[in-house]
Amino acid sequence: MISKLFHFLFKHFDSFLMACLFFALLLSLFVLYSASGQDISRIYAQGFNVLAALGAMWLAANISPLNLERAARPLYILGMLLLIAVALFGTISHGARRWLNLGFMQIQPSELMRIAVPMMLAWYFASREGKSSASNFVIGSLLLAFPVALIMKQPDLGTSLLIASSGFYVLFLAGLSWRFLLVASASLLALMPVFWSLLHDYQRKRIEILFDPTQDPLGAGYHTIQAIIAIGSGGSAGKGWLNGTQTQLDFLPERTTDFIFAVFSEEFGFLGNMLLLTLFSLIIARGLVIASQAQNTFSRLLAGSITLNFFSYAFVNMGMVSGILPVVGVPLPLISYGGTSLVTLYLGFGILMSIHTHKKLVAT
Amino acid sequence: MVAELKNYIHEQYYFRLRLGVAGLIVLSLFTLLAFRFYYLQILHYDHYQTLAENNRISLVPTIPNRGLILDKNGVVLAHNFFVYTLEITPSKVKNLDSTIAELGQLIEVSSQDKKRFKKFREQSHSFESAPIRTHLNEFEAATFAVNHFRFPGVEIKSRLFRHYPLGKLGSHMVGYIGRINDKDIENLKKDGVYSNYKGSDHIGKSGLEQFYEQQLHGVTGFQQVEIDADGHAVRVLSSNAPIPGDNLILSADSKLQEIAETAFGERRGALVAINPKTGEVLSYVSQPTFNPNLFVDGIDSENWKLLNESLDKPLINRPLRGIYPPGSTFKPFVALAGLESGKRNPPFSIQDGGFFTLAGSSHRYRDWKPSGHGMVDMQKAITVSCDTFFYGLAMELGIERLTSFVSHFGFGRKSDLDIKGEIGGLLPTPEWKKRRYKQPWYPGETVIVGIGQGYTLVTPLQLAQATAILANNGVAMKPHLVTKIQNGLTGKQMDIPAIVQDRIELNPENMAIVKRGMVDVTLPGGTAASVGANAPYSIAAKTGTAQVIGIKQNEKYNEHGMNERHLDHALFIAFAPAEDPTIAVAVIVENGRHGGSTAGPIARKVMDYYLLGKMPAVEPSAVAAPVPANATGTATITEEELHD
Repeated sequence: MISKLFHFLFKHFDSFLMACLFFALLLSLFVLYSASGQDISRIYAQGFNVLAALGAMWLAANISPLNLERAARPLYILGMLLLIAVALFGTISHGARRWLNLGFMQIQPSELMRIAVPMMLAWYFASREGKSSASNFVIGSLLLAFPVALIMKQPDLGTSLLIASSGFYVLFLAGLSWRFLLVASASLLALMPVFWSLLHDYQRKRIEILFDPTQDPLGAGYHTIQAIIAIGSGGSAGKGWLNGTQTQLDFLPERTTDFIFAVFSEEFGFLGNMLLLTLFSLIIARGLVIASQAQNTFSRLLAGSITLNFFSYAFVNMGMVSGILPVVGVPLPLISYGGTSLVTLYLGFGILMSIHTHKKLVAT
Repeated sequence: MVAELKNYIHEQYYFRLRLGVAGLIVLSLFTLLAFRFYYLQILHYDHYQTLAENNRISLVPTIPNRGLILDKNGVVLAHNFFVYTLEITPSKVKNLDSTIAELGQLIEVSSQDKKRFKKFREQSHSFESAPIRTHLNEFEAATFAVNHFRFPGVEIKSRLFRHYPLGKLGSHMVGYIGRINDKDIENLKKDGVYSNYKGSDHIGKSGLEQFYEQQLHGVTGFQQVEIDADGHAVRVLSSNAPIPGDNLILSADSKLQEIAETAFGERRGALVAINPKTGEVLSYVSQPTFNPNLFVDGIDSENWKLLNESLDKPLINRPLRGIYPPGSTFKPFVALAGLESGKRNPPFSIQDGGFFTLAGSSHRYRDWKPSGHGMVDMQKAITVSCDTFFYGLAMELGIERLTSFVSHFGFGRKSDLDIKGEIGGLLPTPEWKKRRYKQPWYPGETVIVGIGQGYTLVTPLQLAQATAILANNGVAMKPHLVTKIQNGLTGKQMDIPAIVQDRIELNPENMAIVKRGMVDVTLPGGTAASVGANAPYSIAAKTGTAQVIGIKQNEKYNEHGMNERHLDHALFIAFAPAEDPTIAVAVIVENGRHGGSTAGPIARKVMDYYLLGKMPAVEPSAVAAPVPANATGTATITEEELHD
């Protein structure tokens, strides 16, 4: 009886991924406790988020990829409708129109699109299997461009760029020609100075500060400067848990969310960072293995995109906090505080697990 | 089926190739991050470590207690005490005006408080707190404490305030402190002591407070405090206690000071008393005076206007910066020049007919006594203040010899007192006149220098110092107000040594003649007989008058119907006991007319207290109301006394 329940609960879970996630969760709670100023209620709140996320993951893991493939189009259309609704009737908070008030709850459709967009594109390329032509990529790009444009308009630059990248991963894995990639990136580079010359002075200034925070140490650059000081002063082994001065004395902004990596880095040092990079690398490696073993086009494209998108989040966040990338509001996956992003993330891992454990059922 | 399978394998191959490329990109970008971490955390660890420490550790200065100023008996002239102040940190307050208005409903905030607050704010950074109210009483402090939550950015602090318990008494001597301004900062930086003033907001502005600033201030301590991003102190890491400033112990006696100042009544003037043997200044009076407590926290414009625009000029430090012609008080020094040069030694005497003329000129240099003094030798010339005698002597000495001799008594140069801002007075010479006026020196100008008129100008301090040098037989001791500096921590006292400034060899016989002449001044027949009346010790003195406005050749000086402020200044110098002097005094009463009747009695009261410990009898009319010039009824006042 118990073994049956156990089987029911865990038959679609991937033990390797689960181990990594569990370890990341542990790290997250410790860092969060320190970052929140030793506020245990934050830990409870995040624990609740984790439970919700695990539930979502279990659900996703138990839905077969075939059903996911079927759900791709309705989900995408629903997401698009919601995005349009946001653009028309969305509530404004902090100067951005991201939320939709449904009367009984508020939802953020862009989060849905983080899953729905790669699913839609994976479905599209799966349905065009064997007929790989340039027109497929044009249509694929358009399917990607609409939601990205709508989210960018909200404005939510971080999310829109990451959704764009998740879609791009599908295009890339579906076989976007190398020549096109080469030409596109070359022309993008070539157009950069032209684009730069079209900008107003204040816009240029903003971009300069994005790349060089020291130009505005008390304004926009303050966050990055304090974060870099936190990381650098962590040294090789860190200042120790709960002992980060930048963290505990409030010098770090947004330290439970977007800048939590600086807290981790200050208290656990270079060694801690290597550990975290290794952990992320293992998760990514596992995801890529799952993708490579997937049995149909939809599954492999989706698995690859989800895995690489996880990488995007991790890289962009650590890159911005350590000052090599401009600051865009992106949380550190698995570590930052917050329910929505955690649910979306675990949902993705659930899909990965589903793809891995439903293999035999879809064997041709 | 096979084709499909082939196709599938082919497709999977290409997909895995792409995955592999993606994996490589992931790996290389993570490696890039690893290098970034290596760069920040290993290579530049020291740099960021320092930045983090600078972030969290702040050096908070602890202001040392300013040294006290005490009189010779330990009476406190300047001290510090803590008062509650209500302070606003402008950067932490959203709407300053409404906050102040709300505070005003709770605790009285006058418009003067607001003005001062505004001034404070202009002088300091917005993250430094400035007092909106000072001297909060217990009730007000409690009222605010209860309502504190309503006023973020407003705090009760306790500040150390400088206080001068004796108020107006001796304020020109003690001076005052005030808020450090840009010029002070510049000076502190120039002297390389600015870092010691971190946290201090006051500095000595005048008097002893200014001169002994370095000793009084003490050494600022520091606390290493851990602060959070808002600048709030979290805990103290280490502390370095401040070293309190040294205490100053003066030679002046506050009781004597009070007697001297009271003796002036409503009159303007100055008095300096010096111990001739040591140079210790026993009393330092500038009248009228002011309340230094007004200046400590920035004087308000009303009081400033009152003080600054007063005709009596209470802010002028008269002993140091008031310049007057010495008049006949100059004569003893000219007399010594005559004796030492061998020109007027006994039995030399003249027949005084009431005036002196230069050869080949009809201009009469008149004696103050139109009929003349008859046969006059040196001693009598001093006693009766015979102008005719000194006209001739000055002429015979010549201006150069005269000025170079009397310069040994400190005329024409600063006496180096321990208060800043001294004026050196003026001892005229032909070169000076050429430089100043581009005109030659006329013999007639030498004549009037003989009686202390003309270009000659002295400060009351110089006059007192000259008297002290005379009393000390030509040995000039450096005058000083502070005699001991007491270590604020250990209480150990360090004596300020007596320093010989200058020395002139004088023939004791000549000294004896001058002293006898001066003693006779306070005896019946002298110009200040009433001053010496009933004195149980002998007083050597000289009276003087200094013209405020010039009188034409044939015009008679008429006291009546003259503007009070155009009346002659009265001067008086004295030392006592004459045979072994321990006090030398110079008194100037502005528009006091007669040295013997107005300035002399003030000196007598000072000497009585100093030598006998005797308190002056209450006789306000004798001093406050000037004696009528033509009064004949008062038996003690002779014709000599009514002139100089």
